[in-house]
Amino acid sequence: MSENLLEVSGLQKHFPITKGLFKRQVGAVRAVDGIDLEVRAGETLGLVGESGCGKSTAGRLFTRILEPTGGKVVFEGNDISHKNVNQLRPLRRDVQMIFQDPYSSLNPRHTVGAIISAPLQIQDIPTPQGLKKAVQELLELVGLNPEHYNRYPHEFSGGQRQRIGIARALALRPKLIVADEPVSALDVSIQAQVVNLLDDLQREFDLTYVFIAHDLSVVRHISDRVAVMYLGKVVEIAERDDLYKNPRHPYTVALMSAVPVPDPARRDRAQRDRVLLTGDVPSPINPPSGCRFRTRCWKAQDICATEEPPLTVRLEDPQSHLTACHFPVVDDETVAGRRPAATPA
Amino acid sequence: MSLGPEASITDESTAPTADAAERPGEKAIAGRSLKQIAWRRLKKDKVAIAGACVVIFLILVAVLAPLLIKWFGHPFDEPHIDQLDPTLSTPLGKLGGISREFLLGVEPQSGRDIFSRIIYGAQTTLSVAFLSAFVSTILGTVFGLMAGFLGGWVDSVISRIMDFLLAFPQLLFAIALLSVLPDTFFGLGDRWSRVFVLVGVIGFFGWPYIGRIVRGQTLSLREREFVEASRSLGARSGRILFRELLPNLAAPILVYTTLIIPTNILTEAALSFLGVGIPPPNPSWGGMLSDAVTFYQIDPMYMIIPGGVIFITVLAFNLFGDGLRDALDPKAR
Repeated sequence: MSENLLEVSGLQKHFPITKGLFKRQVGAVRAVDGIDLEVRAGETLGLVGESGCGKSTAGRLFTRILEPTGGKVVFEGNDISHKNVNQLRPLRRDVQMIFQDPYSSLNPRHTVGAIISAPLQIQDIPTPQGLKKAVQELLELVGLNPEHYNRYPHEFSGGQRQRIGIARALALRPKLIVADEPVSALDVSIQAQVVNLLDDLQREFDLTYVFIAHDLSVVRHISDRVAVMYLGKVVEIAERDDLYKNPRHPYTVALMSAVPVPDPARRDRAQRDRVLLTGDVPSPINPPSGCRFRTRCWKAQDICATEEPPLTVRLEDPQSHLTACHFPVVDDETVAGRRPAATPA
Repeated sequence: MSLGPEASITDESTAPTADAAERPGEKAIAGRSLKQIAWRRLKKDKVAIAGACVVIFLILVAVLAPLLIKWFGHPFDEPHIDQLDPTLSTPLGKLGGISREFLLGVEPQSGRDIFSRIIYGAQTTLSVAFLSAFVSTILGTVFGLMAGFLGGWVDSVISRIMDFLLAFPQLLFAIALLSVLPDTFFGLGDRWSRVFVLVGVIGFFGWPYIGRIVRGQTLSLREREFVEASRSLGARSGRILFRELLPNLAAPILVYTTLIIPTNILTEAALSFLGVGIPPPNPSWGGMLSDAVTFYQIDPMYMIIPGGVIFITVLAFNLFGDGLRDALDPKAR
């Protein structure tokens, strides 16, 4: 097994809620509340979960755009959890980010040339072939016309803008790229192009990706391992095929069953296996005690409310398959038509 | 894409390929900046262009005032008693004495040339208006950026100061301050000393208007992903402020600067009308209006001319400012 590039342990990010004239803290949004995982060099780790589960916050903690409230972020053996802006600057060369919204991630007042050369200028990276040539090489690398050097972002389509964002992230030749829903804002035909581009670049430059998404089929296509998040915590993490074939956590099962089946012949079966969750995701300001999924889980019992299940190997899973559930779903368990029992929060 | 070395250098002139611009109207133009688009839109706005022409004309008049007076008028403080009715002291002739010799007539009682006084007054009025707008813009931009970007207690303090200044009775304060200050200082002469004070007072009370807008825009821009992207590249705050945020704030700052200029003209006129503006015999539009109050029944032209000039100037600036805002507003694209 290859070495770990990034390790996070007990990672927390709480956003304070303040009230009144003196900004008294009255609570906190626990966006990320204790996640442990490692990213191996050269792999793609998919991070999935529904809106508001803390995926993007987690990505911003990995790249240290945000400072964690608790826990550690260790990159290549260095603890970077609480380094300041100046101490982080050398790290920026190795860790880059691709953003979700291609319409707000590029400054509308800068030319494409200025946007892509910014990382080289900020990091003082020498360009023997000249800055302009370097930018044009990057443009070509991501499949854009190098002549569009002097154009402005508003002159490009969403997919092309996302390619500009990728070129900017690549400029520093990083080791790790955290891609925060890089294709969610694009339409399906463009999604495939961008995902394939990311795939090609990974092979060419030995990149490691943390790929944040809510689209399970995209994640399945690109990831080696997948981590499933629910309400600020990782509930299950496994090799891709293992996770998609044998989901253990009831939440993962429900999430998988929500993927639309494009084949009408198979649709009937899919319909029967469909797990319908009721209710909403509980508020991250005041998450449920014990297991966070218990309020919507059909297998919940008393122990789920009192004891938080640790993220460990369950049943006869391989060493790499970790699940945080007291009652993991067994292989042939029929879950169809199951409704969560109404448990008081 | 295979291109010769010379082709990749001349990127402005080469035609964009099909994958470039989706919008059909923009196909032929390579790399149009938002500035160029705004200029194109402004050129189509006839009313704004008319306003801009009047503004440019007024600036030229103010700059060339000494020459214009020499060619078409008389020194602004030279009395022409021969132009007045000896018993009533009102101008001889129709419409307040308008003639080839005196283009806008003469003042009652003193017989000074109104044309000279108007264009000489334009100099003072426009200097006060532009300089105080400049002061407001600088203060407003600096404090607004600080409040929006730094947030926290800095934002609280600056926002409270802005609220305080906006609630302050600035006209009363200006009257009180101007009446106790000495008439001349720094060896500037009484005219420019007073201009200096007016610029300070009007500029100081004007900055919260721009400050609020800059603060609000900064707050929303700060959350945009390109700021995060810049931060994730390791950029320092200075670069984020001046390279990422300020170019996006240029449009609103420019628009509000052009829109506070007419307000400043009116404030200066009001202060001169109330007798605390430019000291006599130096002419100012507000001061002329104030002098005309006594005569409006027997010599209405004396009031109509400065009033009309103020009206046209303020209108022209407002129309130009509105046109500029429409042209620069990215949402209307």
